[in-house]
Formats: sequence, C-alpha cells, structure tokens
Amino acid sequence: MHNSHAVVAEQFDDRVQQHEASSLGMWIFLATEIMFFGGLFTGYTIYRNLYTSAFETASHLLNAKIGAFNTVVLICSSLTMALAVHAAQTGKRKRLIAFLLSTMGLGAVFLYIKFVLEWHHEYLDGLAPGLHFTYAGPHASRVELFFCFYFIMTGVHAVHMIVGEGVMTVLLVMAWRGAFSPEKYNPIEMMGLYWHFVDVVWIFLFPLLYLLGARF
Amino acid sequence: MSSPEVELPIESRVHYLNVDYGIKSWLLTTDHKRIGLMYLVSITFFFCFGGVAAILMRLNLLEPQGLLVEPETYNKLFSMHGIIMVFFFMIPSIPAVLGNFLIPMMIGARDVAFPRLNLLSWYVFMTGGMLTLYAVIAGGVDTGWTFYTPLSTAYTNTHVMAAAAGVFIAGFSSILTGMNFVVTIHKMRAPGLSWFRLPLFIWAMYATSIIFILGTPVIAITLALIGLERWFHVGIFDPALGGDPILFQHMFWFYSHPAVYVMILPSMGVVSELISAFSKKKIFGYHFIAFSSIAIAAIGFLVWGHHMFVSGQSLYAGLVFSALSFAVAIPSAVKVFNWTATLYKGSISYEAPMLYALGFIGLFTIGGLTGLYLATLAIDQHVHDTYFVVAHFHYIMVGGAVMGYLGGIHYWWPKISGRLYPDGWARVAAIIIFVGFNLTFFPQFILGYLGMPRRYAVYPPEFHTLNVISTAGASILGLGYIIPLIYLTWSMRYGPEAGPNPWHATGLEWTTASPPPPHNFEETPVVTEEPYSYDRLAEEIQVA
Repeated sequence: MHNSHAVVAEQFDDRVQQHEASSLGMWIFLATEIMFFGGLFTGYTIYRNLYTSAFETASHLLNAKIGAFNTVVLICSSLTMALAVHAAQTGKRKRLIAFLLSTMGLGAVFLYIKFVLEWHHEYLDGLAPGLHFTYAGPHASRVELFFCFYFIMTGVHAVHMIVGEGVMTVLLVMAWRGAFSPEKYNPIEMMGLYWHFVDVVWIFLFPLLYLLGARF
Repeated sequence: MSSPEVELPIESRVHYLNVDYGIKSWLLTTDHKRIGLMYLVSITFFFCFGGVAAILMRLNLLEPQGLLVEPETYNKLFSMHGIIMVFFFMIPSIPAVLGNFLIPMMIGARDVAFPRLNLLSWYVFMTGGMLTLYAVIAGGVDTGWTFYTPLSTAYTNTHVMAAAAGVFIAGFSSILTGMNFVVTIHKMRAPGLSWFRLPLFIWAMYATSIIFILGTPVIAITLALIGLERWFHVGIFDPALGGDPILFQHMFWFYSHPAVYVMILPSMGVVSELISAFSKKKIFGYHFIAFSSIAIAAIGFLVWGHHMFVSGQSLYAGLVFSALSFAVAIPSAVKVFNWTATLYKGSISYEAPMLYALGFIGLFTIGGLTGLYLATLAIDQHVHDTYFVVAHFHYIMVGGAVMGYLGGIHYWWPKISGRLYPDGWARVAAIIIFVGFNLTFFPQFILGYLGMPRRYAVYPPEFHTLNVISTAGASILGLGYIIPLIYLTWSMRYGPEAGPNPWHATGLEWTTASPPPPHNFEETPVVTEEPYSYDRLAEEIQVA
C-alpha cells in the first residue's frame, strides 16, 4: 500500500481478496501467539502437577480480589472493542473514536492495577524471584518457582497489552482523520481480533494463577 | 501455457533488476524478487562465516592432539558453526531466497500478500544476524547451537545472551515469512490454479510455512526463558527451585526437530521440480508427493523426543518417540520412490541442476536410513553423541538440503538473472561437491560407530586416518562451494541471455520474461491444465 488513500493495494485484485488475506494473516499470527504462550502454559502445567500443594500455597499469596476486578475490567474492554469494530463497519466515526478511547482507558486501568497494586506490592512483600525474594514459609523454593511463572506469564501478557495500546493509539489518530469507512475498516477489525486474543489469554491466566486450591 | 512473444534484449526491456537503481531502491523495495535476492546475498555471507568455522574445526582435527586451537576455542567454533549455519543459513535458505522469488511467480500473482511485512522480515533477520555476529566477535559462545541448560544459564561465561537474542529476533523473520507464504498460497492463486494444479514446490513451501508458524514461537519463548534465567539467576529450568532442565530440552527440540524439516522439505520441493523437468516427464504420484509434504510437517512435530533417549526421558516416552520417528520415514520414502519412478523411462538429461537433484536423492536416502538407526532405542544408546549422529544429520542437511538449494539456485538462475551460467563448470562443481561431501562425512559414520564422541577438540590416535580423510574431503567440498560463487556472479553480467524458458520446463514462472518484469506477468495468467504436462509441451516443441 504505497498510497495510503488507495483502498486496494496493488498486489490484490479487489477488496474482498484483500480483506480475506489480512483476516487469514491475522488468524495465523494469533496461532503463533498461542504457540508462544503455549510453551509457558505447558511448563506451568507440568510443575503444577509435580508441586500441587506448593503451588496452592503460592497462589494464596496473590490478591485474588484485585485479580478478579482486573478480569472484569478486561472483559469490559473487550466489549468496547467489539463495539468499536461495529462502529467502524457502520461508518460511525465519533462512536469509533469513543469506543477506541474507552478500550484504551480500560486497558490502562488494567495495567495500572497490575503494575502498582499487584507487582509493586508483591515486590515489597519479597515475592519477586531474582530481585527481592524473602519468602521463607513452607515449600519456599517451589513457591519461588511459582512466582517465576507468575511474573513471566503476567509480564508477557502485559507486554502484549502495551503493544496493543500502542497500535490502538495509531488507529485512534487514523480514525480521527477519517481514515476508516464501511469500505475500509480492516485495521480496526484486526485490532479487535488481537485485543480479544490478549483478553482470552488472561481468562486462562487468572484461574491458573489466582484460584488454585480451596480458596473461598 | 503459451510462450511469450519474441523477446527484446535484456537491456532494452524493463524488468525487476533495472526498473530502479541505487542502494535505496533495494533497501526500501517491497518486490518479492528483490527481497529474495537480498536474502541470497545475506545468507551467502553467513554461509561463509559458518564455513570458516567448519574449516578451522576440520583443520584442528588433523592431529589427535588438536592442530590449531585450544579446546575452549574449539567449543566456540562448533557452537558458532551450528548457530550460524542452522539459524542464519539453512532455515532461511530455500524459503527466504527461492520461496520469496518463486511463490508469487509460480501461482501467477503480482507479489506476496504482505509485501511490506516481507521487507520487514529481512530487516528483522539481519538484526538477529548482526547480534549473533556480535556475540561471535565479542568472544563467542560455547554452549553448542543447542543452548542446553544449566550450562547456558548458570555455568558458561560466554556471550549466550547476545547469541540467544539474535536467534530469538531472527525467529520473527521466519514467522513473518511463513505467515506471508500461507496467506499468499491460499488467497493469491491465479484463476484456474486449484490446489492440485500447484507445483509441488508450492506444496513443500506450504508445509514448511506451517512449521515456521507453529514451531518458531516455541523456540522464541524458550530462548526468552533462557535469557531471563541468565539475567535474574533464577528461572523455571533451575533445579534449585525444583525446575527441570529436561523441560528445556523438550521445548528446544519441539521446535528444533521440526526445524530439520524446515531445511529438508523445501529441498524436496525443489527436487520434485528438477526431476520432472530433466526427465521431461510428468511427475509420478503427484498427490502422494504433495500430501507426503504435509504428512512430514505433521508427524515431524511429534518426534522431538528422539533427541532425548539418553537424557532421562521415561522409557515409555522413548518407545513412543521411537515409533513415531519410524513413522516419519514413510512419507520421506514415498517421495524417494516417486522421484525414482518419475525417472523411469524419462528422457533424462544431465544438466547441472539435475546432477544436484540426483545427488540429493542418493545422499538423502543414506541420511534418512541412518536416521532409522538413530530412532532405534538400543542402537541410539551406542551411537548417541558420536560422529555417527554428526554424519547422519550432515547427510540430511548438507547432502540433502544444501544440494537441493544449489540445484534450485542453478535451475532458476536463468530466471533470476536472465542469463545462463557455463554449464560445464556447473557440472564440474556439482561433481566436486558430491565427491568432497562424501569424503568428508562418510568416514564420520565409521568414526562414530567406532565410538568417537562429537564436540571434542582431541581424540585417540587410532581415529587419526579417518579424520585426515574427512578433513581432506572438507577442503574439496570447500573448493566445490567456491566455484559456483564465481561463475554465477560472472554470469550475472557476462552470461548469454537465457530467454524465458531455457530448460523447456512447465510452470507459470517460465511463461514470463527472464528476468521477470516488476510485477511478474504482463497480464494475469489463466491456468487450464495439470502441472508438469511435459507430454503436451513435447508435442508443442515438435510442431514448432
């Protein structure tokens, strides 16, 4: 797409072909993401089965209420994202901008809670392996292993959210300038797929990390 | 497929090479053909680097006590050889060079689906490559290309971080390439070009792309975990926390075994084209060859445990992985039998690409059959981590994959450059490479079976003779690789004009001019027949 005003890039015959190609490309990209997270989930599952009670002890050191609240925040952001896609398809520019902004806002709330109310506290409590780990209760070394997974998995997830926020900022500017129309809303739809994927990853992370054992 | 109108001379025609000049026109190009050429130059550069490491290793092994370098340096040499050759030469070789150049041309498209991502993949690749070269120049890595923990995370003080980061980054170029190819093959085919009219090279590239897509992310996260563990001195493979280094090996080989099929599948695709073109005969068992590529990609994902028979994996896992490794030999053999059957009663001619293709079949068969030895639990106990393994995978990767790569480069060179290379020299080089290769690696089967372990700078004196033969062979092999480099570069400027279809081959890429115009075809081709219709082509030539 040398010319940003052109609706169909020169390698494609028509808009349908272009739309199908970019959708397929995005789904393939998401497949690679599943494999990327899959490595971590596999490792986690193995150790979770090897060290069941240690992982339960460790899980209880996390703040499940904040985690649950964050889950709700993220699901709401998926809703606003879906509405943004719909607004783009129907050519409603102002609604598109509003929903993109609210998606970004909810994402920012999630990240704020993650960084400030969770990671920072866990660091201060001496639960950060390699940086500040002072936990000396039962199964100390296995608990440390759990927290390795916790920080890596939620960290990789947060990186994906930050990338999403960055791309959405670009899309917001484009939407502001009126770059999207019912003929050309592909980038918003692709963004939606990505954002929902990142949310789904969290839907798996939350119970796996926060809700182990009889907790409530 | 009609042949194009009478050709104008190369200089007076606009094609992808002369449409634009200057370094900027290359660095900012989105033309898949130019990107393919940029990859060609880049991986040749990396190949030379990896090759120098191999030469130094072979020189060192001329004497049992080591002729040249300290054992520490030797460790760095084989690590550098492995990392550079695997990640920066073999994996991108056919996909990134020939795949990029040919896929749109073979399916009658103007470009790949995402040309800018395609260019990005080259930059990502070069960034990873430069970082890895930095690791080498800054002092090297001594873990081997396998980065096994806890050596890589806790014990070595070499530049693991930079090398692993380089491989991690380069992985994203594989992902981008794979994504691009799958979408291109699905969505950009010319009218009439149904799946079973596709050239078998396309099927092979499709299977390869699937491995890129599903395998590469796993090595990415694995290397990231290595980096984190090295950085924070704590991580999920750390036995002190109850972590398991075997888990690293599982995750590493989950990608790195399928990566072997990334190297061999594209070569198989090339060989399918060559065998048919130089036998002037329709390929035998088209559907079987096509689906065997998919089968190899699929089963290839389930055999990684055969690298871990002696590293503490459970016996039952070993049994299953052994059986599955035998299973992957079936689609591989299907290909070999079909190529052989294609040769039967064909009008065979022995141009240089065909010599490479025939060399491939023989050497791949040896490499494949010795793979069955290694998939057998009891024999693997005996030859694990010996030169038998080294010889086996070099028969697959060099005897197989590199032969296929060179055959492909020679076959499509007239299309790429628009000019012919001296076929006599090319045949001589192909034979020198074949002889040099066998002389280098066949003695290593014997050495390994006699018990010489891999990755040592020194060895007992009784292995001296075979090591000298191997080193002598390596010098012949090295010479063989230099010759094509010279005459191909020469032909770029001085070779006679090739015309659109110098081999009288079928396939859409031969229906357009050489070198092709910037958007490949003057008008979108329409496909009305099966691939490899050499019978009809022969009739046409006879009539003409």
